[in-house]
Amino acid sequence: MKKTADCVIIGGGIVGASIAYYLARKHGMNDVVLLEAEYLSSGATGRCGGGIRQQWSTGPNTELAIESVREFANLEEELDADIEFLQGGYLVLAYEENEVEQFEKNVALERNLGLDVETLTPAEIRDRVVPGLNTDGVLMATWCPSDGSANPFLATQAYAEAAKRLGVEIELFTPAIRVLATDGAVTGVETPEGVIASRRVVNAAGSHSVPLAATVGVELPITPFRREILVTEPLERFLDPMIISFSLGVYFRQVKHGSVLGGFADPDEPAGFNETSSLDFLEAMSWKLEHLMPALASVKVVRQWAGLYDMTPDALPILGPVENVRGFYQANGFSGHGFMIAPKVSMLLAQLIAGEEPDLDIDRLNVRRFAEGTFSQEQSVV
Amino acid sequence: MKDDVVICRCEDVTYGQIVRAIESGLTTTEEIKRVLRCGMGPCQGRTCMRLIAGIIAEETGAGVSEIALPKSRPPVRPVEIGTLSSEHDEENR
Repeated sequence: MKKTADCVIIGGGIVGASIAYYLARKHGMNDVVLLEAEYLSSGATGRCGGGIRQQWSTGPNTELAIESVREFANLEEELDADIEFLQGGYLVLAYEENEVEQFEKNVALERNLGLDVETLTPAEIRDRVVPGLNTDGVLMATWCPSDGSANPFLATQAYAEAAKRLGVEIELFTPAIRVLATDGAVTGVETPEGVIASRRVVNAAGSHSVPLAATVGVELPITPFRREILVTEPLERFLDPMIISFSLGVYFRQVKHGSVLGGFADPDEPAGFNETSSLDFLEAMSWKLEHLMPALASVKVVRQWAGLYDMTPDALPILGPVENVRGFYQANGFSGHGFMIAPKVSMLLAQLIAGEEPDLDIDRLNVRRFAEGTFSQEQSVV
Repeated sequence: MKDDVVICRCEDVTYGQIVRAIESGLTTTEEIKRVLRCGMGPCQGRTCMRLIAGIIAEETGAGVSEIALPKSRPPVRPVEIGTLSSEHDEENR
């Protein structure tokens, strides 16, 4: 392992791997070490649903997502790898009057930012998008055909492999024990293999970013919550879009391999680092799937797992530098949607780290917004 | 051993694919599972994972007992959505 580096990135999920790639690819900065406590995408990235959605209630998320979809669309060619990117669309179901009101605001905001998105009646949903969907109780839906999905393992692997080819060093099974700082500036990272001296350190460790930041006295308002997913046996291709409802707290899609993958966020889930699977989830999620698509009743569930959302108070990520510790960059607090906005987020972080002006305003996502009270809540989160 | 021998029968993954994955730097059963899908099928790796651990040991020179098997994930056997949903009481959650 190197003893010094221009930049040390902590966390081998999609965010860490893509920051490493963009630093090397776009800024010629390849004296970079990526530290991963286990293996690539072993944390939240590899446990996520793989959806890529551009429909949000806040400007920053919508802009980051639109730009990220542009990048995802070129990524297989750019990284020379299959990441199972598919633009099958996202159908967002409204069941409550206040959702209808909110969705109309969202659509206006999204269209203003150039997104092709429309509202559908329940009959239009069945006729045009998902014939087998039970629309009982559905008031309307929003539909964005350029939303989609990709395989989180393959995408992370592809970024990491491309970064390696450009000279980045990736150290697996090498946790960061603590960040080191002197006189208000980062000096390196301590690992079990020794210290890597560096004037730039990126904290992209998901929910584990909180204890890491605390080692240099930086407080991050991030709370981990367990979220669970199940996956069925593979079926013939029958469903391209992701179907999602915030009021039901549920989403599902058919992955490229043929399985139906679905998640449900239990509103009573306590905060904590719990990554175990529960029978309650398995039964509740099965009920929701059968309710939404009765034809799935005879399909078998083969596996379930859990991962952590790293929730911030506004459900928007924490990006960029911190006061009092120069050279310490945050890329965490993604609140359950880091995978889908990672490409643009990481390009912006790479610009910032390389000393350039980011080409999209991410200062509004700096952690100081919480102390200053200048933030607005992202509503569109499962 | 021939490259085209199937090791994971649920997902049709061959010996050759596994050896190339190990050569590319994936040295644990968890990583090979995520990239090649071995062990993600209906048998959940009961057939292939010990074989894959053996191949990793062979390729990396580690002892077979040092190669951890991937985490077991429920359910133990595939179960129909209709069976699971009938156990759920939506009204009294």
